[in-house]
Amino acid sequence: MAASLTLLVIVAVTIRAALYRSSLAEPIAERVEVVSPITAWKRVIEGLALLDLGVSPYSGDVFHETPLIIYLFHFLVDYAEITFMLADVIAAVALYMAVKDFNKQVFRKQKFALEANRYPADCLELIRSPTEMHYIPLKVAMFYLLNPFTILSCVAKSTCGLNNAVLALFVLTTIKGNVLLSAIFLCLATYQSIYPLTLCAPAMLYLMQHQYIPVNPRRASFWWFVVQYLFMYLGSLFVIVCLSFFLLGSWDYLPSVYGFILSVPDLTPNIGLFWYFFAEMFEHFRLFFLCVFQINVFFYTIPLCIKLKDHPVFLMFMQLAVISIFKSYPTVGDTALYLAFLPVWSHLHRFLRNIFLVSCVLLACSALFPVLWHLWIYAGSANSNFYYAITLLFNVAQILLVSDYFYAYLRREHHLTYGLYLKKKDGSEATLVLK
Amino acid sequence: MGLLSDPNRRRALINLLTRLNAPICVLCYFAGVCWFMGLAFEPFTLRTYMSENAMGSTMVEERFPSGERALATGREFAAHKKKVGGMPVDWLVKTMQARGLEVFTQSFSRTLPFPDEDKERYIVKGTNVYGILRAPRAARTEALVLSAPCSPGDNNNQAVGLLLGLAHYFRGQIFWAKDIIFLVNEHDLIGMQAWLESYHHTNTTGMDWSPLQGRGGSIQAALSLELSSDVITSLDIVLEGLNGQLPNLDLANLFYAFCQKIGVLCTIQGRLQRNDWDSVSGYSHAVQTMMLMVMKQASGRPWGDHGLFLRYHIEAASIKGINSFRQYKTDITTVGRLLEGMFRKLNNLLERLHQSYFFYLMPSLSHFVSIGYYMPAFGLLAVILLLRALDLWVQFVSPPAVTADGVGDVEQQSSPGALSVLTPLVISHLTGAALYILPTRFQEIAVEHFPVSETEAVVLTAIAVYTAGLALPHNTHRLLSGEGTEQGWRVLKLVAVLYLAILLGCTALINFSLGFILALTLVPVAAFVTPHVPKTLSAVVLVILSPACTLLLSVFFFQELQEMPVSFQDGWLMYLSVISQGILDHHLYGSLVYPLIALMVYPCWLLFWNILFWK
Repeated sequence: MAASLTLLVIVAVTIRAALYRSSLAEPIAERVEVVSPITAWKRVIEGLALLDLGVSPYSGDVFHETPLIIYLFHFLVDYAEITFMLADVIAAVALYMAVKDFNKQVFRKQKFALEANRYPADCLELIRSPTEMHYIPLKVAMFYLLNPFTILSCVAKSTCGLNNAVLALFVLTTIKGNVLLSAIFLCLATYQSIYPLTLCAPAMLYLMQHQYIPVNPRRASFWWFVVQYLFMYLGSLFVIVCLSFFLLGSWDYLPSVYGFILSVPDLTPNIGLFWYFFAEMFEHFRLFFLCVFQINVFFYTIPLCIKLKDHPVFLMFMQLAVISIFKSYPTVGDTALYLAFLPVWSHLHRFLRNIFLVSCVLLACSALFPVLWHLWIYAGSANSNFYYAITLLFNVAQILLVSDYFYAYLRREHHLTYGLYLKKKDGSEATLVLK
Repeated sequence: MGLLSDPNRRRALINLLTRLNAPICVLCYFAGVCWFMGLAFEPFTLRTYMSENAMGSTMVEERFPSGERALATGREFAAHKKKVGGMPVDWLVKTMQARGLEVFTQSFSRTLPFPDEDKERYIVKGTNVYGILRAPRAARTEALVLSAPCSPGDNNNQAVGLLLGLAHYFRGQIFWAKDIIFLVNEHDLIGMQAWLESYHHTNTTGMDWSPLQGRGGSIQAALSLELSSDVITSLDIVLEGLNGQLPNLDLANLFYAFCQKIGVLCTIQGRLQRNDWDSVSGYSHAVQTMMLMVMKQASGRPWGDHGLFLRYHIEAASIKGINSFRQYKTDITTVGRLLEGMFRKLNNLLERLHQSYFFYLMPSLSHFVSIGYYMPAFGLLAVILLLRALDLWVQFVSPPAVTADGVGDVEQQSSPGALSVLTPLVISHLTGAALYILPTRFQEIAVEHFPVSETEAVVLTAIAVYTAGLALPHNTHRLLSGEGTEQGWRVLKLVAVLYLAILLGCTALINFSLGFILALTLVPVAAFVTPHVPKTLSAVVLVILSPACTLLLSVFFFQELQEMPVSFQDGWLMYLSVISQGILDHHLYGSLVYPLIALMVYPCWLLFWNILFWK
């Protein structure tokens, strides 16, 4: 397995290195689907130039990355390509190890359940075999490294790749059960883009499970753990925010990074839902709709947590997907991160209902993005409505994909409790209907 | 959402779609073709109308008086052209200066990738001359262009004469709010390309040109003029530009409105419009006019000097004077008045032309078909591909019984290795890349070893590579370790069908005509090919419907439409020249049709060829 992983990494790095050298790198770095105003490399370069001139990089309205990123590239700017390739490799390896560990646990849990005879007799089909699970980690790494979205994002030197690496490390440390490191990586991810804040919940749920603390608000041990984790998380967030302040000597970056993310002043088209709405909207409704749109990301945490409190890793996947769909400046790099988790749920395929439709729509949309962009911006014959229609379709497809997986997951759990072949009261075969 | 979540209804729908797949596909195909043919039927089309308010109700008067003088200037120009044996730069500069313009010249040179035998040129050197009439009425931030080509022989002398006459007359008027640029370009499109690239500071095709010394504002609209006789019977407007792009319909409306006002016969595709739409001959006339537009648009070539403006977001059209044997003649003063009127209306524009349609087909100058009407014709063809893909997917997911609900699935068959799908995919794309790269790269070697000219070498190499690709299936199978399985070809076909659907969809969005013609021929191929159909017969059908044969048939069809049928011999020669022109267009102006065919459509077709010979 290690050998195949190495081979995979070599292939992935070769592809990226070749693309960096080709003439494609420049046009890719300009694509609005690949870079957002926050993650664009061009803007990072601008910020660096301002910093070198002794001007605050946040003066003006160009640079919106965090201070740590700019200081990171202050040292690494000459090795940027290597840094981004390394970030992708780290993310892939972290996901690989995390999934491997997770699968081991799933298998162990399944063994206990089987020994305790907890599954109905006709559910044997649903039991997962080790041979089937053996290649999943490798597939996850492959889905991440060879996904065209990740490759494009890396070639464009979008800082999204770094965020993904941090998130992948967070997943790894959480699954390994390391509370402190999990909190630190989560704090780093939050510091980068706020939204991973919602991953707090799955992380805590998972770690509690891991330490055999019952998830029960009436128990003191539950609250003690929550306080512990939040203390570590908020503490490291405090440290990192103060560190940024001392590096720059001003609080300029707070409005320029987080204000920028939350109030969405830049309406450059992207694959998200915000730009078109806010470009069309009357100014005095702006605040209201801003709240409505931003609440989307955070709101789903609560129902999902309640429904999936026994399955925190799946919850984590759902949250990553929700973030990448509803965040204010999404790029394809964000999508790539949660798409990498799909092989982990390959055992759900029999319950998926719209996977064909959804994958067709996603493929078609990915091809249509550049075409409609060309027609809108260069040819001038189409307009923003055409482009936004595709954006909308892309997001609907993503939402369908995620809800399909959600449904399939719940359905499998249901069958594992009640048996695969459900009978109605009169003895005829029953079907499950989601209403 | 009921359809997506209720398993019973889904099952019913999917059962219906898989059981009736073949009839539905056939029905869709014929419905698509019929819809398309119906587009030219006048009651189904919309009348053209002026959408742009700035050009609508404002009245302008046309007073251009000096047609005779323009003709005299044209004759003088012809004499100087003959004397110099090319573009009389000095004379033009002097004449334009005498008319009070700011005059500049631009020289350019370009070595073609291989000799152009149609226009007999290889190393092209030339000079563009242009004069700017500065706007007296407003800040000089916007401009209009009137261009006339300096063609070899006796062509277009009257156009240059009229251009100079108009320049002289416009100079005396005070209402210009936009700079007007009078451009005389040498070597038709190459000169235009040089001038436009230089004007916009881009260089996309690697041409050498000297930078422009004087510039106007951003160009809002452009007209290109072609006149070769002192009197004309009708004026023809040409809209098709590079890659099938069309100018805003308002430009055509403007032309039509002025032709009506001044009383000049106007044509599109060189065909007058008829009023008897309800008769068979009237309908067939409209269909032929529309088909001519479709064929021209599908070729992706600029059909006049205006074609390159469109890439820069400038609405442009060519106006050609036609002199036929009709009685009713229009003199050059009237043409001048028409142009004056159009320019005055364009001068009134407050913003770029954007109100009207950009995607349309015109069965006559007074009627058009908008995107909403013609897209369903393509959609009906594309839906066949999706239905076939759905059918394959259902077979693939649940071989014995369709249970979309998931319950009761038997264990899936061992899925075929990714290798068996990837190999044909990669190999056919490599063949496509060879088709794209080899012809221009290997012309020298080919010329050394075979008794052919460079141009023939390029075209014949392209045909040779294309034909060599047909031998692929046998070789890919040798590369595959195991033999192809029943599931293998299904997966490959699923991939190929989806690939084709996306490819055609994208093409149809950019260039509807090209997408539709390709869909017309490739969709049946994609729908019926399996390894189990009779081999020889299907192979013949597949070859006939392949992109290259489609092109050959299109050449004959186009000649037929133009009422100039050719013998097979001439058609073949024309076919060869069309291929060389296609490759040249790509290298000179960045036309995308050749790379699209070579890198995407041909490999996609090869996949179906592979499926036919799957073992």
